[in-house]
Amino acid sequence: MPAPVRALAVIPAYDEASRIGGVIAGVRAAGVPDILVVDDGSTDATSSEARRAGALVATHAVNLGYGAALQTGYRFALRHGFDAVVQLDADGQHDPAGIPELLSALAEHDVVVGSRFLGGGSYRPPLVRRLGMALFGSIAALLAGRRLTDPTSGYKAISKEVLRFYIHERYPADYPDADVLAMAVRAGFALGEVPARMKAGPPGKSMHGGLLRPLYYVIRMSLALALVPLRSDKR
Amino acid sequence: MSPTQKVFAIVTSAVTLFYMVELVRRRRLKEEYAWLWILTGAGMLVLSLAYPLLLWLTQAVGAVTPTTTLFIFGLLFLLIISVHYSIVLSRLTGQVRRLTQELAILSAEGQLDPGVRPGSPPAS
Repeated sequence: MPAPVRALAVIPAYDEASRIGGVIAGVRAAGVPDILVVDDGSTDATSSEARRAGALVATHAVNLGYGAALQTGYRFALRHGFDAVVQLDADGQHDPAGIPELLSALAEHDVVVGSRFLGGGSYRPPLVRRLGMALFGSIAALLAGRRLTDPTSGYKAISKEVLRFYIHERYPADYPDADVLAMAVRAGFALGEVPARMKAGPPGKSMHGGLLRPLYYVIRMSLALALVPLRSDKR
Repeated sequence: MSPTQKVFAIVTSAVTLFYMVELVRRRRLKEEYAWLWILTGAGMLVLSLAYPLLLWLTQAVGAVTPTTTLFIFGLLFLLIISVHYSIVLSRLTGQVRRLTQELAILSAEGQLDPGVRPGSPPAS
C-alpha cells in the first residue's frame, strides 16, 4: 500500500469570482486541504473571493493564458514538496467528488485524466466541437500510440515526475491538451484515465467561444501536434 | 547608373547607416538588435559605391537588371529582419511569462504563515 500522496489542488481561474468559492469548498470537502488558485489576471474579484474561501492565491499581474496559469501551480507544488497536483477548472464544470479517485489512480500512472466520455458520462458537446475533439484526439492517440478518450479534459491528476516535465518552457501557454498528453506519453510516462462526472457549465462562457478563437485553436493545435513527432522531448 | 541615381543611393544608405549607429550610440537601440540594421546599411552603401559589384551580383543571382537585384536583396533583408524580430519577441514572451509566474508564486508564498511547514494547510 503506497503512502498517501500529499496533493496540491491547482485551480486556474480567470474572472470566476462568482463561482470560485463553491469550487474551493467542493475541493476541500473532497479531502484536499491544500488549494492554490492561480488568478490569471482577472479583472473581477476572483483573487479576493478565493482568499475568502481559504485558498492560497497566486495572482498573475497580466493574463498569460490557461496553460501558463497551470504551470505556475506546477512550479509552486514542486517548490513546496508536494507529491502530486490535482487540477480542475474554476467554473465548476468538474465535480470535485471525483478527486480521490483521480489521486488514487496515480499509484499506477504518472498522469491521470478525468475523462468525460468514459463510463456513463452525460457530457454532450456541440457537434462542431465534438468533431474537432475527435479529429485532434485521434491524431494525438496516433502519436501517443494509445487510445485517448478525452484529450481536452482539464481535470487531471499529475505526479511529481510529470510536473518536472511540464515546468519546461515547451509547455504551451494557451491550450495545453492533446499535444501535451501525446508529448508526455512519448516521453515514457504512463497515462491513465478514469471516468469523471461533469456538472453542466453555464452557457456562453467557454475558453473556445467566439468566431476567431476556434479557428485559432484549430491552427494552433494542428501545428502543436505536427511538431510533437519532430521534437524529442526528454524528461 | 546615372549620376543622379548614384548620388541618391549613396545618400540614402549613408543616412541609414549613420542613423543606426547614432541610435546605438545614444543607447536608444540595443547593440544586439542593431547589428542586422547596421549590416543592411553597410551593404547598401557598398553596393551603391561599387557599381561593378552590383553588376556581378546581378549576374550571380540571374537577374536581368541591377534594379531587380536591389529589390530582391531589399526584400530579403526585410524578411530576415522580421523573422529576427519574431524570434526576439518569442524570447521576450517567454521571459515575461516566467517573471509573471515567479511574482505570482512569491505572492502566494507571502500568504503562508511563517513557520508553517510548506505544503501544510494554509491558515487563512
